[in-house]
Amino acid sequence: LQFMQRGLDSQTKKQLEEEEKKIISEEHWYLDVPDLKEKESCIIEERSFVRCEDLVYGRMSFKGFNPEIEKLMIQMNSKCKEEEIEVDDKMEADVSDEEMARRYETLVGTIGKKFLRKRDQHVLKDDDDEDGEVDEDKNSNIIPRKKAKKMFLKPQD
Amino acid sequence: TGAAPAGRLLCGPGLRRSGAGLLVTKCGLLRHRPAGPGAYWVDSQQKRYVPVKGDHVLGIVTAKAGDVFKLDVGGSEPASLSYLAFEGATKRNRPNVQVGDLIYGQFLVANKDMEPEMVCIDSSGKSSGMGIIGQDGFLFKVSLGLIRKLLAPKCEIIQELSQLYPFELVLGMNGRIWVKAKTVQQTLIIVNILEASEYMTAEQRRQALAKLSGN
Repeated sequence: LQFMQRGLDSQTKKQLEEEEKKIISEEHWYLDVPDLKEKESCIIEERSFVRCEDLVYGRMSFKGFNPEIEKLMIQMNSKCKEEEIEVDDKMEADVSDEEMARRYETLVGTIGKKFLRKRDQHVLKDDDDEDGEVDEDKNSNIIPRKKAKKMFLKPQD
Repeated sequence: TGAAPAGRLLCGPGLRRSGAGLLVTKCGLLRHRPAGPGAYWVDSQQKRYVPVKGDHVLGIVTAKAGDVFKLDVGGSEPASLSYLAFEGATKRNRPNVQVGDLIYGQFLVANKDMEPEMVCIDSSGKSSGMGIIGQDGFLFKVSLGLIRKLLAPKCEIIQELSQLYPFELVLGMNGRIWVKAKTVQQTLIIVNILEASEYMTAEQRRQALAKLSGN
């Protein structure tokens, strides 16, 4: 039959299929009986006790006799409990919110320094050393201090 | 019995749907669960197991017929288990199953018209604890009611036993229990307690356990 050929597109296949169905359908026999309406019932038949009584998984291990089975036990039984416990996945925090806020404040400063441009880093360093002492490097030469931050000087025409 | 209530209702073992109501087919206590999908079932006692789809059972391999193993599960017919129904099994990589091995699996097909079929993997292809049960250990049979009692969530018997020694336990819904502990004596003690707990009251059980943990 044409539609069985692999080479054809799916579209042409479908078209050919439909055409052939139309040709054949008149010859097919069918029951001349009105469709019985299936009664919608809300009762589901269940032949297993496991679903009714919520029985746990049958393989168990205690006191570390078989660690894999113990892991499996936790997994299987938490799968059942997941359905019950839907709310509150909040874990209890070890650190209070206030402490977190304080830490974050200082953290932002230190990490922020890392991303400053070189010029700005110098300025920060100067700000830290504003106690009036003169800087000395290894050779005990006094490093001249820059007083003002160098700004962009617009070239005069 | 009465009219069907709104929402889904599970009608469990011992009950059968007939027309718009339910018929009782077993004798026992009628139990009801209001939550989850509401369920009604009859809590009956029996020793003979009838295979039910989805149940996890312990089976003993009785024969190897080509690519299929025949397992005795305590029902009216031996169940069949294909060698491909293990995790990681392929045609080249066959599982090492011999006659007389103990297998923990679940029923894929189980009705009164067909031979029951078992598999040792779940729907996602993982074994999740099923498969061949290893060497040693002790297999014995109890009534189905006791198995259900032991498998109930937060079972006291199991909790009390777990305080005694480290051990491993496999419970099959067909009434078979397999126990393995470090020594033969410990295994036998656990077996005896499990068998006797069917008829012992909670008090008697605690006394027996107290004597044991004292020794």
